[in-house]
Amino acid sequence: MNIVRNHILISIDAGTIMAGAKAVEDALIKELTKYGLDKEVSVLETGSLGITGRGVVLVVYPEGIYYANVTVRDVPELVEEHLLKGRPLKRLILTEAPKRTIVTKEKTGLLKEQPRIVLRNCGFINPENIDEYIAAGGYEAIAKALHGMTPEDVVNEVKASGLMGRGGAGFPTGLKWEFAIKTPGEEKFVICNADEGEPGTFKDRLILEGDPHKLIEGMLLAGYAIGAQTGFVYIRGEYGLSIERIEKAIADARTYGLLGKNILDSNFRFDIFVKKGAGAYICGEETALIESLEGKRGHPRNKPPFPINAGLWGKPTLVNNVETLANIPEIIKNGAEWYRGYGTDKCPGTKVYTILGHVQTPGLIEAEMGTTLKEIIFEYGGGIKDGKAFKGALIGGAAGAFISSEMLDVKMDFVNLREYAAALGSGAILVMNEDTDMVDMLKNVLHFFKHESCGHCVPCRLGTAKLVEIIDNIAVSKGKKEDLDSLLEITQAMKSASFCPLGQSVSLPVSSALKYFRDEFMARVS
Amino acid sequence: MYREEILKRYEPSLDNILYILHDLQDNNPQHYISKEDIEVCANFLKVPYSYVHGVVTFYSMFSLEPRGRYIIRLCESPPCHLMGSESLLEYLKKKLNVDIGETTKDGLFTLELTSCLGICGVAPAMMINNEMVGNLTPEKIDAVIEERRNMS
Repeated sequence: MNIVRNHILISIDAGTIMAGAKAVEDALIKELTKYGLDKEVSVLETGSLGITGRGVVLVVYPEGIYYANVTVRDVPELVEEHLLKGRPLKRLILTEAPKRTIVTKEKTGLLKEQPRIVLRNCGFINPENIDEYIAAGGYEAIAKALHGMTPEDVVNEVKASGLMGRGGAGFPTGLKWEFAIKTPGEEKFVICNADEGEPGTFKDRLILEGDPHKLIEGMLLAGYAIGAQTGFVYIRGEYGLSIERIEKAIADARTYGLLGKNILDSNFRFDIFVKKGAGAYICGEETALIESLEGKRGHPRNKPPFPINAGLWGKPTLVNNVETLANIPEIIKNGAEWYRGYGTDKCPGTKVYTILGHVQTPGLIEAEMGTTLKEIIFEYGGGIKDGKAFKGALIGGAAGAFISSEMLDVKMDFVNLREYAAALGSGAILVMNEDTDMVDMLKNVLHFFKHESCGHCVPCRLGTAKLVEIIDNIAVSKGKKEDLDSLLEITQAMKSASFCPLGQSVSLPVSSALKYFRDEFMARVS
Repeated sequence: MYREEILKRYEPSLDNILYILHDLQDNNPQHYISKEDIEVCANFLKVPYSYVHGVVTFYSMFSLEPRGRYIIRLCESPPCHLMGSESLLEYLKKKLNVDIGETTKDGLFTLELTSCLGICGVAPAMMINNEMVGNLTPEKIDAVIEERRNMS
């Protein structure tokens, strides 16, 4: 038998592929073969290791040493030093990495613990290999549900877990499922919303790239619970690798009989199809997504009726976000009580964040609900880059909130964030240092909304145009003090009169920017 | 003839329209959706020409104008903006001697802006056709463009 003494896990995600991960992987295998080490050292592909902006990242086990910015040219030295002579190659070691890569909740002394529920397998298994997902406990939850739980049991378990939707405002998932189970209908659908378009948000992409089977299992459980036989994953057209991986995962699950008829010898049948978007931010809104999925322009629909009553092709439809669905298998497998051991009383579980901007270590993390922004930025993100001071952060992308240092100690969950709760779902945290021009940042956000407004309703179409006109003036110091009031008035009107959440949400960045950084705006107007 | 090959892959069902349009555009030598593309799609799905035209104009990944061999899509979302994408836009405009939405005279490059590409960890970022490029600097842009020029 062949005994492998070292495993090299190389992160193959959109970011590392761009940096040449495939070439490094090939070079590693070639170099190892040259030394005859290819039987002793195995090179495995995995999803994101949670580190971004550091080129090709890989980790060597059992030592658990992380290397970053590895290029093909470094490979001979790396193999010779570390794998042949057993001396870690110091110049490429990523010292700050381990902070964010602890998977269990066990205390490890030095390292910042990171409870991982959603990202449990990301960066550990090969996302393109269904056997690895199964070996890591995958598809146990659906087996448990099909052979011992009624659909009602599943819904009740999700309800008891207190899971709230991770796409936006945090609607209780169990409640949504209960509505779905109670809605009569021969045919129902489950849609996974993977149209992740909120600027700065890419957690769903990394889940899809790093652990696609978890999403399939989550959708299977949703289908079983509400009595649906068909699921769709609606995914951004820009997410090439995610589309490839989820399509491969679906094909493999079909081969294994985990999708199709009589799943795991039960009477349950379910299949999943991928639908690709084509670049429209508004399609992240569930009714616009449904329109787009039906092959139309992605205009949002009137609510009610809600999709749960009349969604795709008028049939009852459950729409859940990627991260929400990725929580489900763990909840069913380990029980609601276990899940409630994480996070806060009112918002159990974890949240996946992407930390960006002027921080030392931008990247992907999973933290318990209720973690403060300070911990996220300074402990997980390593603090502000280049010795600068923290000024503010834009949380939740464009439809998010600008916050200042006085918000750093707020426990982040759907309850404590109150008026900013809608910003939590996306998990994007864009950190800004003392040199940042807040007027310019708000200008950028307002231009974004003007571009993405679909033009369907007047308040949003005209409102976004007017907002851009005003902020462009302020940015070149041609604005008046009254303009600041106009910004607020317009967004308030849009909040109450816009047809869909796009127009309604513009008030969040505008009001928060003017609340926390008013001085900066005042300095630009006369 | 390639158009018929594309249509063969799909059921003539309206929910396949975005896939069909993506395929038609990707296979069009000028990376856009031509009148002929719209016509074949409309006939195949048995919907009016105007319907398909309406769908095409709604989604920003589709173009009704012929484009260059390489489409550069620079991200203008807040994370990239914060990390300096605006100055890179000026650099690209100057280097290629085009404005946003225009194609270089040699038909090689089209310059476009895009909203978040989801690779904000390496902001500022852009896509050139299906390839992502991050941690952009003027030097890196030069390298990417020269490489493409030499390939042509």
